[in-house]
Amino acid sequence: MAATETYPADLKYHREHDWARIEGDEAVLGITWFAQDALGELVHYEAPDEGSTVTKDEPYGEVESVKAVSDVISPLSGEVVAVNQKAVDEPETVNEDPYGEGWLIRIRLGDPSEVDALLDAEAYKQVVAEQ
Amino acid sequence: MAQTLQRTPLHDLHVALGARMVPFAGWEMPVQYAGVIPEVKAVRTDAGVFDVSHMGEFEVEGPRATELLQATLSNDLARIDPGQAQYTLLTNERGGIIDDLIAYELDGFRYLLIVNAANRNADFEWLKEREIPGSDVRDVSDAYGLLAVQGPRSIERLGLPEANAFTFAETDIDGIQCMANRTGYTGEEGCELLVMAEDAPALWERVLGRGVVPCGLGARDTLRLEVCFPLHGQDITPDTDAISAGLGWCCDLDKEFSGAQELREVKARGPERKLVPFVMDEKAVPRTGMPIEGGGEVTSGTHSPMLGRGIGLGYVPAATAGVDSELTIDVRGRPRRAHVVKRPIYKREENS
Repeated sequence: MAATETYPADLKYHREHDWARIEGDEAVLGITWFAQDALGELVHYEAPDEGSTVTKDEPYGEVESVKAVSDVISPLSGEVVAVNQKAVDEPETVNEDPYGEGWLIRIRLGDPSEVDALLDAEAYKQVVAEQ
Repeated sequence: MAQTLQRTPLHDLHVALGARMVPFAGWEMPVQYAGVIPEVKAVRTDAGVFDVSHMGEFEVEGPRATELLQATLSNDLARIDPGQAQYTLLTNERGGIIDDLIAYELDGFRYLLIVNAANRNADFEWLKEREIPGSDVRDVSDAYGLLAVQGPRSIERLGLPEANAFTFAETDIDGIQCMANRTGYTGEEGCELLVMAEDAPALWERVLGRGVVPCGLGARDTLRLEVCFPLHGQDITPDTDAISAGLGWCCDLDKEFSGAQELREVKARGPERKLVPFVMDEKAVPRTGMPIEGGGEVTSGTHSPMLGRGIGLGYVPAATAGVDSELTIDVRGRPRRAHVVKRPIYKREENS
């Protein structure tokens, strides 16, 4: 059921264990393998509303496992254009496929230059190694 | 480095199995192996084994051992015979709960008490201070390991004979001598195997060899909450009484024990707040300490893998303690609806 540890090279990372897949002027956001592993089996995803705004470095939702709850920190600012209903209905999807089916939200970027401040996979692996 | 955590005789076996180890009550314990949800399901459908060697064991011995325990424990030991066990409370002068435990009557002059790890020292001091000539209380915890084997197929997998709940007997499992106590903390059929500490690793291996799934404290907490067994330190404490907690059934108010008079008074006037089980009606996981609207508080909460929703125990004003009463729980600033249910929260008949 659980995914194996990976940090895809095509993603950008935030040191609070969140990832972003940049697609033009939009980005898909989620939590990393490390985050879902530390939390354990997810049982609840408190998602933001579509149309709401998210701010870089600020929480936009919560993921909760059998034993702990954690804020999800946005790596980028923007407007929520889609929420992954599958992650809301079946939060274990995030454990099974954190970078694919288990994405959390899609945003329209407010300030594309923020992308430059994110970590690449190699730099994020360093962050994980220090935990 | 913080204070050193104690380790059970099975520590290295847990690590070798890939368990996630966490500090618990001064011990380094496995919280999960494969995961809380599959472990809960193993216990509900087949059999799981928990290392509960951190729990404390006391021997209380002597011609006046019964007298000492009758004066300190809430339940009436006269109701059991040698070979039987009883759930009971150690109560303070205010009727508060110092600990909940199981008393095993070895013979008329000798009892074994199995107590919560976190309360081992407090319980021992309390009993030692009240010892009377002709009674002797000894902490023998370090001599023993304790494995809880729980689930509908647990007895069959261990090759043990059928026996009534709350009985115990000496037995042998694949060459390992142990005491099989028909008790547990999951609401399932099963037993708790008390074994000499040096034999505990071999017994653990034999139990796993019989197809029993290793389970951690995470699953144990969820299992006990699904069947509304209180957890000392959360649902019951030295500041809460047995009547309010719904544990009047294990208090013999016709005998004298610490706090009996206070409990009679609470019973006569009716408790102001009651501990009730509840189920969430909205998607949310209740957690310890969350306020319940109207003057209540969640004492235990989790996601129930068997029901697929949030469940919990909490104290609420007596007026809203009835079954089906609607509750509103403050989940980190968001009001979430729940309702009071009958005990236990989970029963197999409803779900099979």
